[in-house]
Amino acid sequence: MFKLEKLNLHYGKKHVLSNINLEIKQGESVAVVGESASGKSTLMNHLYMLQPDQIAWCPQDEALVPSLSAFHNIYAGTLNEHHFFYNLRNLIHPCNTEYEKVKDIATKLDLQHILKSSVDQLSGGQRQRINIARAMIQKHTIFLGDEPVSAQDDFHKVKIIKKITSSFKTCVFVFHDLDVALTCCQRIIGLAKGKILFDEHVADVTKKQLSLVYSHHNSSLESMLI
Amino acid sequence: MSKALQNNQDKRFITSAKPMWQSTLMFIVLTFLCLPFLEFDFAHTSPANELKLMLMGLLKPNFVIQGLMSALVNTIVFAVQSVVISVFIGFIFAQLYRLPGIRPFMSFLRSIHELFWALILIQLFGLTSLTGVLALAIPFSATFARVFAEIQQETTKLNYHQIKGSHFSRFIYTTLPLAWPRLANYSRYRLECALRASVVLGFIGLPTIGFQLEGYLKLGHYQEVAALIFVFIGLVVSMRFWANRFTLPVLFLFSIIWLPPAALTGNISERYNGQIVESTWRIENLNRFIEDITPAPLKSTAYIEDENNGNLESTISTLWRWFYPLFETQILPGIGYTLLLGQFAFALSAILGLLLFPMLSRHINKRKLYRNVGHITLTTLRCLPELLLAFIALIILGPSLIPGILAIGIHNGALIAHLVGQHSNELNLRSDISNAPNTYFFELLPRIYGQFLSFTLYRGETILRETAILGILGIPTLGFFIDSAFEEFRLDRAFLLILVSAMLNIIAEALATKCRKYIHNRKPSHAESSLAFDRN
Repeated sequence: MFKLEKLNLHYGKKHVLSNINLEIKQGESVAVVGESASGKSTLMNHLYMLQPDQIAWCPQDEALVPSLSAFHNIYAGTLNEHHFFYNLRNLIHPCNTEYEKVKDIATKLDLQHILKSSVDQLSGGQRQRINIARAMIQKHTIFLGDEPVSAQDDFHKVKIIKKITSSFKTCVFVFHDLDVALTCCQRIIGLAKGKILFDEHVADVTKKQLSLVYSHHNSSLESMLI
Repeated sequence: MSKALQNNQDKRFITSAKPMWQSTLMFIVLTFLCLPFLEFDFAHTSPANELKLMLMGLLKPNFVIQGLMSALVNTIVFAVQSVVISVFIGFIFAQLYRLPGIRPFMSFLRSIHELFWALILIQLFGLTSLTGVLALAIPFSATFARVFAEIQQETTKLNYHQIKGSHFSRFIYTTLPLAWPRLANYSRYRLECALRASVVLGFIGLPTIGFQLEGYLKLGHYQEVAALIFVFIGLVVSMRFWANRFTLPVLFLFSIIWLPPAALTGNISERYNGQIVESTWRIENLNRFIEDITPAPLKSTAYIEDENNGNLESTISTLWRWFYPLFETQILPGIGYTLLLGQFAFALSAILGLLLFPMLSRHINKRKLYRNVGHITLTTLRCLPELLLAFIALIILGPSLIPGILAIGIHNGALIAHLVGQHSNELNLRSDISNAPNTYFFELLPRIYGQFLSFTLYRGETILRETAILGILGIPTLGFFIDSAFEEFRLDRAFLLILVSAMLNIIAEALATKCRKYIHNRKPSHAESSLAFDRN
C-alpha cells in the first residue's frame, strides 16, 4: 500500500522527517505515536498525498464548513462520486436516498439526531465524529486519521476506532493516547524528532520503547518535579 | 446543545445560515417585484457604430492632449488635499463619536454626494479650488469618522481594559497601535476613491481630467477619451509607488502650493488650466445663498401680504402650493427611479461579485498567472468612475435606466469580487476538497457568504448615493431633478431635493445596518473597514 524509503522532509531549513523507511501492507491497522512536533502529522500528510484518490482522509483540524448542516458536511465526502448538478440539488434540498445513506453512517457514530443542525452549533466531540463520518462515507479502502478521537471520552474512543477498523481494510492512525493505540491496532510506530524509534507488532512493543518515545516529555516532567 | 436536540423532532434543517438565505431571498423577491417597472428601449440607438468607434479609440489612443499634465496634477491635488484634511477631521470626530448628535450629524454629512456638495459650494465660493477640496473633504471626513470610530471600538475591546492609566495613555498604548494598520489601510483605499471623485468633479466644471473626459466624450473623440482612461488607470494602479507615508507629506505640501484651497479672503486669482479665475468671497455670498435656498413663497413676502395679510395659515397654504407640484412631479418620481436603479444595481453588483470572485481565489483558480489576469481585469473595472462608465453606456445604449444599472453594477461588482476573493484566500481548506464547481458551492460559498452579504450591504448604501448622481447624465433619478434645479437657478428646489435624497440615504443606511445585525446577530462587523485593502 505504502512504501517509503529514506524519506527526508523539511520546512525551509528545519528537518521534520529524516531517513524514514516504512512499509504498510493491505489489511494492517497501524498506529503512529509520538510527542507533539515529532513529525506525525507531516508523515500522515505525506502518506495522503501519495494516493489521495484511494484514501478516506480525516485530518486533525476538522476543516468542516461551519454554516452547513452535519448532513451536508458528511455528504461532502461523496461529492466526487456524483454529478455536479446532483450535488447542487442535494445542497439545496437533500434527496431521501442520500439522506438515508448519510443517516446510516451517522447512526454508527451516534450522530443521527443532529444531522440537520449546522456544525457551528455542535460540540467539539460531535464535530470530530462528523469528520470521521465524512471519511467513512467514502468508498475507499484506506483510512488515514490524524488524532481522530482526541476529543472523545475513553469509552467512546475505543468503540469508534473499532468501527473504523471494521469498515476499512487498511487503517493508519496518529494517536496521542497510547492506550487506544495498544488496544485497537496491530502495529505501533514510534516517532521522535522526525525519526522512527521503533516499528513493532503491538504484542512486541516494550515499555522501554514507549518511554523512549516520550522521553523528552518525561524528563521535562521530572525536571518540573525537582 | 438543546437546540440541536430540538432539531431531532423538527423535520427541517436549522442552520446558522438561515438569516443569510432569508435575506437573500428577500432581495431576490424585491428585485423581481421591481422588474415590471424597468423600461427597455433600445429602438432608436445604433450601438454597433458607436462601439466600433470606441474600440478604434481604445486601440489607437491619442495622448497628445492639451493641458493633460495640469489636469492630471489637479486631479491628484484635489484628492490628496481632501484626503489629508479628512483624515485629520475624521480622526477628531471619531473620538467624539459617542457624544449625542455626532453620529446622526456625520450620517447626514456623508449622505449627500460629493457632486451635490460641489454644486452647493459653487454657489458660495464659485468654481474655485476651495469648492473642489471641500466637496470631497466634507463627506469624506464624515465617512472617516464613522470607520475610524468602528475600528477603534473593535480594537478597544481587545485589551484596553487590561492596562491601567488615564484614558489618553491607554488610548496611546493600546487602541492606537492596534488600530493603526487598519486606519492606514483604509485611508489608502479612500485616496483611490478620492481620485475617482476628483475626476467626477470635472464633469461639473472643475479642472480635473474629468473635465476633459466629458468634453471629448461629448464630441465623440474616443482616441483622446481612451488616452485619458489609460492615464487614469495608470494613476490608480501606480498609487502604491507615489502615495506612501514618505511621499504624502511632500505631495500635500506641493498640492497646497499648486492649488491653495483659497477663496477665503478678498479677491483671489487662481490657476485653472492656465487660465486665471477671479473669485470673490464675501459674507454677502452666504446671505445670498441662504436667501436663495429659502422656499420661494417664504421670501416673496410681498406676494403673501397681497393675498392674505401674511398670516400663518396663508403662509402654509402657499408653501403647500409650492411644495405639492414639486412633490408630485419631481420628488415622487425621483425617489421611485432612484430606488429602482439602486435595487437593480445592487442586484447586479451582488451577482457579479459572486460570479467574479473565483478569478482571484487560489482554491478555484489555481494558477497564479490566471489569478493575476483576474486582478488586472477587476482593478480596471473598479477604478473607472461610475459616472464615466454610465456616460459610455448611455452613448451605446441610449437613454434609459440600463446604462446606470450597468455602470454602478459593474463598478461595485468588481469591488465586491475583489474583497470576497481576498477573503477567500485567507481561508485554509482541507486537502481532500473536490473539483472547482463542488468546492465553490460546498466549501467557499457557505464560508464566505456572511462576509459577502456584509460587503454588499455596505456597498448598497454607496450604490444608492451614486444612483442619484447619474441624474446629471439625464437618468431621471433625484439627481436629475437636483441638477436641473441648479441649472434653472432654483436653489430652493435644489436644496429641498438634496435633503430628500439625504433622508433616503440615511434610511437606507439604517436598514442596511439592521439587516447586517440580523445576519450576524451581533454589532455591525468591520466590513467597511475591511474595504481597506492592500493594492494588488
